[in-house]
Amino acid sequence: MYTLVSIELSKIFRKWRTYIGFMAIGGMVAVIQLAMYLQGKHFLERLTQNFEQNFVFVGNLLNGYLISYFILGSLTIHIPFLIVLVAGDLLAGEATAGTYRMLITRPVSRVKLISAKFLAGLIYANLIVLWLAVVSLGVGILIFGVGELLVIRDAIIIFAQNDILWRFAAAYLLAGLSMSVVCALGFLFSSLVENAIGPIVTTMTVIIVFTIFSAINIDFFKTIKPYLFTNYMSTWLLVFDDPIDYHEIIKNCLVLAAHIVGFFSSTLFIFKRKDILS
Amino acid sequence: MQNVIEVKNLTKKFKDFTAVNNLDLNVYRGDIFGFLGPNGAGKSTTIRMLTTLINPTSGTINIFDKPLKEKRNDILKKVGAIVEKPDFYGYLSAYKNLEILGQISGCDTSSKSLMEILETVGLEKRAKSKVKTFSHGMKQRLGLAQALIHNPELIILDEPTTGLDPQGMKEIRELIIHLAKEMNKTIFLSSHILAEVELVANRMIIINKGKTVVEGTVQDLLNATNLKVTFEINELENAKNILAETQWQKKIESFGDYQILFLLEKNEIAPLNKFFVENGIPVHAIVPKRSLEEYFLNLTEKGN
Repeated sequence: MYTLVSIELSKIFRKWRTYIGFMAIGGMVAVIQLAMYLQGKHFLERLTQNFEQNFVFVGNLLNGYLISYFILGSLTIHIPFLIVLVAGDLLAGEATAGTYRMLITRPVSRVKLISAKFLAGLIYANLIVLWLAVVSLGVGILIFGVGELLVIRDAIIIFAQNDILWRFAAAYLLAGLSMSVVCALGFLFSSLVENAIGPIVTTMTVIIVFTIFSAINIDFFKTIKPYLFTNYMSTWLLVFDDPIDYHEIIKNCLVLAAHIVGFFSSTLFIFKRKDILS
Repeated sequence: MQNVIEVKNLTKKFKDFTAVNNLDLNVYRGDIFGFLGPNGAGKSTTIRMLTTLINPTSGTINIFDKPLKEKRNDILKKVGAIVEKPDFYGYLSAYKNLEILGQISGCDTSSKSLMEILETVGLEKRAKSKVKTFSHGMKQRLGLAQALIHNPELIILDEPTTGLDPQGMKEIRELIIHLAKEMNKTIFLSSHILAEVELVANRMIIINKGKTVVEGTVQDLLNATNLKVTFEINELENAKNILAETQWQKKIESFGDYQILFLLEKNEIAPLNKFFVENGIPVHAIVPKRSLEEYFLNLTEKGN
């Protein structure tokens, strides 16, 4: 299995489209950091203006942590598209290229081949999240330094400097889990068709539609909301609560993991029976 | 004779369309087995079932006396195949493509071994070139290389000369004969060109609309039907006069400017040539014509 996964990773990283995601994230983060560097004070003033009558803010609040938190919140909506670019191509790309015929006539079971491809896809998805962590948190700290983290959600929470890094580590892990669901869904759609555009468009459509349904405040949508996986993709935000609701985090993780298993099992079921006609 | 492939009642349906219909065939060890049929006869569908790309609707396939469905991986370790046109990862080199496929097959992927295979198919100088820069002929050769990489006992080739120039076709034919005679491989060769199979195969089956039309040794099957043969002759009027009232008159199909087309059995060609020569009519060329379509027609006519 190790060899198969290595082969799949080498195939992924020899395609230029793989680097679109890394370049896009690198570029976007750099632009956001530049904007923060130039106009970050105004951003911070707007963020805190409603509270200035009751609080006095001191210290370096415009720091690498705040910017990373802001970037993580902004980009988790868009990163799925970059994940699907590769995940949607994992199987459909073989069909388009006609290379299924050589792969599947090898003395390796379809289950192993598919599992190796899926694992490679998961590794790619999580490397994208890791890259986001490196360029936003790593570079952010280098440029803006460290300090307390100001989080404004239902309430204002200010995390002490020594209480932040582990939260970011947990947040990136949870973001990785969410992106793994996206990867699994793109992979499932990729097994159904013979052109990578279909899975990319379909996966993004599902994510956008589910996200809109999750956001609409009508009873009907409230009823279906627990069944939409997109509802659990912002679980990373929960590690920036105080106190942290661990029960909720574990429940959400289980739901996301169940989706990964469900999507992957469906892919296996479909692909084991699939006639390769390409 | 030891069975290498044994197919019984093999059927494949796509919704209402039956691509392969109760097909039976046997390939024996050491055979170069010609699998013939016109386009759309069900050849590729059969090959896809033999290589597990598609699942049969019914029927059984045994390869090396083992059921393909249950012993797929054991069997495929000993099978190399080109299914339709060989496609590769265009963004990778020929060498890297082979290395990947070799690693998946679990065989020796040392540089020496890979270069030897590339040398066998005449691609050693292009080993490091990306496959997207390859011509169709080069891809066919690389297709053969990937089929041979794990030293299989059975090689399944689906129309391996399609799109090749005459020299390329000749080289592939020579390679097929070399693999069978010198390296003791069993070859399953699909084609829609009768002449191609006639040149290399010892046994063949012809299928049409998914069903067997005829099966047997190439020699028996081809001798059993008439052949269209063109005799090129300058003195056409003389020849017409001499042929009149002879047994050959009935065998004439048509006349050209300097040609007479006969419908003959294979063993009648030499006596007819002798007849012309003995009667002072020089024959410049004898051109046999046998397409698969004509062979089908012949079989049908004989049947009628």
